[in-house]
Amino acid sequence: MNRQELATVNEQYQIRHHAQKGKVRVCCGTGCVAAGSEKILKQIQQVAKDKGIENDYDINMSGCMGACTQGPLVRITPENTIYEYVKPEQAEKIVEEHIIKKQPIESMILFHGSREKPFVNTWEDPFFKKQHHIVLGGRGEINPESIEDYIGGNSGYKALEKALFESSPEDVISEVKHSRLRGRGGAGFPTGIKWETVYKYVSDQKYVICNGDEGDPGAFMDRSVLESNPHRVLEGMIIAGYAIGANKGYAYIRGEYELAVKRFELAIKAAKKAGLLGANIMGSTFSFDVEVRIGAGAFVCGEETALIASIEGKRGMPRPRPPFPAESGLWGKPTLINNVESLAAIAPIIINGGEWFSAIGTAKSAGTKVFALTGKIMNSGLIEVPMGTTLREIIFEIGGGIPDGHAFKAAQTGGPSGGCIPEKHLDVKVDYESLMEVGSIMGSGGLIVMDDTSDMVDVARFFMEFCMDESCGKCVPCRVGTKMMHDLLTKLCAGQGTLKDLQRLEELSVYVKETSLCGLGMSAPNPLLSTLRYFKNEYLAHIDRNKTLEGVSHG
Amino acid sequence: MAKIPVTIDGKPLEVDTGKTILDVCKENGVEILTMCHFEGVGDVGSCRLCLVEIEGINKLLPACTTKVAANQIIKTNTERLKKYQKITTELFFAERNHVCAVCVADGNCELQDLGYKVGMEHVRFPYLFPKANVDTSHPWYVLDHNRCIMCTRCVRVCSEVEGAHNWGIKNRGFEVRIISDFDTPWADSTTCTSCGKCINVCPTGALWPKSVVQGQLVKNPKMVSELVAKRKMNL
Repeated sequence: MNRQELATVNEQYQIRHHAQKGKVRVCCGTGCVAAGSEKILKQIQQVAKDKGIENDYDINMSGCMGACTQGPLVRITPENTIYEYVKPEQAEKIVEEHIIKKQPIESMILFHGSREKPFVNTWEDPFFKKQHHIVLGGRGEINPESIEDYIGGNSGYKALEKALFESSPEDVISEVKHSRLRGRGGAGFPTGIKWETVYKYVSDQKYVICNGDEGDPGAFMDRSVLESNPHRVLEGMIIAGYAIGANKGYAYIRGEYELAVKRFELAIKAAKKAGLLGANIMGSTFSFDVEVRIGAGAFVCGEETALIASIEGKRGMPRPRPPFPAESGLWGKPTLINNVESLAAIAPIIINGGEWFSAIGTAKSAGTKVFALTGKIMNSGLIEVPMGTTLREIIFEIGGGIPDGHAFKAAQTGGPSGGCIPEKHLDVKVDYESLMEVGSIMGSGGLIVMDDTSDMVDVARFFMEFCMDESCGKCVPCRVGTKMMHDLLTKLCAGQGTLKDLQRLEELSVYVKETSLCGLGMSAPNPLLSTLRYFKNEYLAHIDRNKTLEGVSHG
Repeated sequence: MAKIPVTIDGKPLEVDTGKTILDVCKENGVEILTMCHFEGVGDVGSCRLCLVEIEGINKLLPACTTKVAANQIIKTNTERLKKYQKITTELFFAERNHVCAVCVADGNCELQDLGYKVGMEHVRFPYLFPKANVDTSHPWYVLDHNRCIMCTRCVRVCSEVEGAHNWGIKNRGFEVRIISDFDTPWADSTTCTSCGKCINVCPTGALWPKSVVQGQLVKNPKMVSELVAKRKMNL
């Protein structure tokens, strides 16, 4: 479609939207689908048909709404009410009472159990109120499998239009630079500078790669974004291609994410059909094509050089940098690799301007960050907060605190590359630098909350086991070092450790951190180092257990 | 070739651009410890012995894959690097079952030499004693996984120089193993040409001809290096 046609699709959507009384959206993210939401959707559609209101309401699926523990979720507009733990047999009740009689069912509203009075407009609930949706914009509203929904309900492909017809590649790069967006995969490298670097290399061929090989235990941000708004990521990739001068993109998506792969492929197909992807996009001179590559289950393939090797059909192993992919990446050509979340932030930045994005967040970390909130927490789920929000706000206000009367012990960010943050640092602001100062990292957005029942040495052992299993085996420090550290930690947990073992662990952790070939090895000791920093007493307690010969096995 | 100034271990030098730090060090008599590097095949930077410190870069970088750049201040022999070289060596010895007393390569082994060079008196880390197989199926050669250090020289020489692509890698992490074809006994390989290049580039007693006994292995690494050099000169 050309510019005129894009405007027409948008107009038609708005006309339809205004003609209808509202929308019913059934969350069809992985969690809710697993809990049976597809059946609920069918049931509501059937009941609506029986009652003759199927044309008054747009009844369809939506992407993840965020309160994943409470699923399946159903959201009804214009009241904006979200219902939790919905069962197929409740479809009748919802249609009858809420839609026809206009009486929201309080006993089913999201979080009704933990609020004095549940919020009929659920966006007003504390879980949502402190959030700021940019990457997750259009949440609970648009159907991820409909390009019309994206165009009409999420200003879809407007940013692409603006980039192609009103800006030069330099303008686009400058806008991204002004936004101060930093890589959301975890390392936090300024996205605009990365784009500019690739742009400057002269080559007959360049590539854009979307890194969707999310693998941290407990993380599901990229998965949700790809499942809930695949067009947004696709649009980001096309804009990136235009900016750096690439006409081919690859989306590398983890093989376990079947739904994400399916929806992203549907998005590619729809965009191609609409002329928003492929040759001469929107009638311009710019052509860009995207292919999906499915990961085969290696955590290390999230590392950019290993990911490139994997796309090339080789064994997914990293190689030393330099040269960086910006200079010599996929098939030796300049390659831009961005994380899913970074790319999903591009369209809003182009539409609203870099200044707008930059004004959100803190001095060094602009914008918002999506977190997958899991572990010992009341309201686990997917949230997006401005940078600079404190950990306390996230865990206790949005997350609702620790369940079952237990006390907070630590929050783990950054997965196996990150660290544990203890209670005394609960007021740390969530941004790249502050998290680093307290011994953790931003990471890709996994946030695991632990209560007083957690054994921190065992936590370190768990993450070390993960790194040991996921090490590709190429370099010596990571291949042998993680195994050694894991064995020593297992020995400590079994109450058979000595002070000498602890000393060896400390020595190995610094060695592995400094000498490993890629980020996996370099950051593998982080969970160990941070628990040693804040919970050394627990390590010593395990050793004392050995000394007094009381400990037999670790429970 | 254009010259650029660099400083290596405090010594100012004028060196060719486009070369690796390892090449430049060799040309100027600076000894760098290596294991996965082998003259004539591509570098992978995996053994981490050749790591150097470069001023202004907070990561240690492998000399074998990092190109020299103008005005670099490179250090190759700091206490920190020496400490790490020693740990790497200890981990090599602890990883599999290296028993020099029964090994064909005893006295002619790059791993043994490395132990002496870094001054390793004993291994401070627990030996892992993994279960590792020995493939004696090939009529002439043996692959002993107990002595393999995963330098992957054999994999690279087989694909890059011989073009046979017999050797590969299976599994990951501590479980990685060199495999013949799709993990079949060596004798059943449909790609191996029995050229013997892998035998000659292997730094330890992991690959050896059946004709030798303990301590009798003599390797001829020049077989490969000279062949590659001749090919480059179109001889």
